[in-house]
Amino acid sequence: MGRSYGLLIAFAVLIAGLLLAFTVGRYPVSLGDLLHLVIAKLTGRSPDVPAAVQNVIWLVRGPRVLAAALVGAALAVAGTAFQGLFRNPLVSPDLLGASSGAALGAVLGIYFSLGVLEIEALAFAGGLVAVGAVYLIGSAMSPRDPVLVLVLTGVVIGALLGAGVGLLKYMADPYNQLPAMTFWLLGSLAATNVTDLVPLFGPVALGTLVLLALRWRMNVMALPDEEARALGVPTTALRIAIVAAATLVTSASVATAGIVGWVGLVVPHIARTLVGPDFARLIPAAALLGGGFLLLIDTLARTMTATEIPLGILTALVGTPFFIWLLASVSKTWA
Amino acid sequence: MILSGHDLTIGYGDRVVGRHLDVALSTGEVLALLGPNGGGKTTLLKTLLGLLAPQSGEVRLGDRPLNGYSSRERARLLAYVPQSHVVIFAFTVETVVLMGRTAHGNLFSRPTAADRAIAARMLERFGIAHLRERPYTMISGGERQLVLLARALAQEPQFIVLDEPTASLDFGNQGKVMREIRTLAASGHGVLFTTHDPNHAMRAADRAYLLREGVRIGEGITGAILGRLQLEALYGAPVELISDTNNGRTAFLPG
Repeated sequence: MGRSYGLLIAFAVLIAGLLLAFTVGRYPVSLGDLLHLVIAKLTGRSPDVPAAVQNVIWLVRGPRVLAAALVGAALAVAGTAFQGLFRNPLVSPDLLGASSGAALGAVLGIYFSLGVLEIEALAFAGGLVAVGAVYLIGSAMSPRDPVLVLVLTGVVIGALLGAGVGLLKYMADPYNQLPAMTFWLLGSLAATNVTDLVPLFGPVALGTLVLLALRWRMNVMALPDEEARALGVPTTALRIAIVAAATLVTSASVATAGIVGWVGLVVPHIARTLVGPDFARLIPAAALLGGGFLLLIDTLARTMTATEIPLGILTALVGTPFFIWLLASVSKTWA
Repeated sequence: MILSGHDLTIGYGDRVVGRHLDVALSTGEVLALLGPNGGGKTTLLKTLLGLLAPQSGEVRLGDRPLNGYSSRERARLLAYVPQSHVVIFAFTVETVVLMGRTAHGNLFSRPTAADRAIAARMLERFGIAHLRERPYTMISGGERQLVLLARALAQEPQFIVLDEPTASLDFGNQGKVMREIRTLAASGHGVLFTTHDPNHAMRAADRAYLLREGVRIGEGITGAILGRLQLEALYGAPVELISDTNNGRTAFLPG
């Protein structure tokens, strides 16, 4: 595939996702009105569009659309980083416990009937603490294969956190708390508003910038550890930096949207088939595609049926057949 | 410049693989490391590369201990050619060779045009320029070994350390790698390589270092140290010596 066109295709997917997400819905907005509004906003003129349409675009759909694009981009970028770091194309951003830690934090918040902001903060902190614990335990064993031990520790801690989530669900009030927990664990952007965007954008932008800055070293980190060190890369320090950046990004998005699986696993593969494995192009491509993909999914989630469908369910429903098709048709280019 | 190990005890964790090892390699010289499987060859190699800390003793590079170098400084002097292997992601051959330039940039830098020119030169040198855009995962084992050699040279090091550089190669490519090792020494590099074939040591090395069960049982000029008796002692197995009466050259066969 023409790799120079890959980024253009990824960009087109994001634009298509944005247009679709802004125009489709219970209150359809025409493409013309949308363009009018955006141009008017950019040039500072007062738009020639009904006030209701303006409200739908700026207040109702705007925050949700931005959040979907950011969360999708974040999960895809984190998945890309982890797949490179762990030299395994089957790895997703929750490998080291970022999602299960966040899940425990959020479920704990719901169990103690905290406010939305506190629940999000607990989810964010839960992700960071879980990955930090995995990293400390994994490196305390001073293993010969640090990467493998890290993965195993992640799996074990993930199981422990999963047990914690299960226990809280079991003890929760089945009429108020349990549905909230279930809803959160399946992922949704339905409740997104403007105040969610800053705590989402900050960590996502910071983590992504760190990963982008390290893009060449990340290529070298995809080699066996000793080889990367022989090439002059301080692998221990870099591993910490990459894990920290990817965890920051993942925790922020999980805190906003709940657990949205599949994006961080599938999108990096699509990006790799489009632009190849060089992280300099792979990270931007994954960010664009991930944003576009989750916009599409979120649009489906709120328009397919009268009630919203949880994101995690749709990403799996759409992601699985697509992934199988991908494996069957183009697997040779990345394995 | 000299790369040397002094009274090294080597191993992983609590496990000691070798004791009282002294070894030295100068630039412009080729040293072959021979010995049976599990005798400590690879462990000694990794210790001399600074990838594994010695349990006691010291590795020195030039006038400083090796552990006093930063990983970047070290990579500009010492290059490692691992056994040809498969990586997960399909980086192009050019990208793999460019990875050799990593230590010449800073933490955030990408390869420059100058780096690309050096990589192109190295690909040319090993006759693999036509593979430049091919995925590293889809070339042959012999081609991969040459790519790894090109990557090591792109580091512009003083010393090149190769782990069984001929292990996965066909007969023709084995000869090619032997000739390249001689060329490297002629251009002023110090070369250390491990091998299972004493004939490769005879052919490409100036000196040989015989390691059995973590103990140095001999070291010296290849012509002097590599005899039938020494090799039988080294491998604990019979060895046959074949001579060509026309030119006086000799070769060994496992007996």
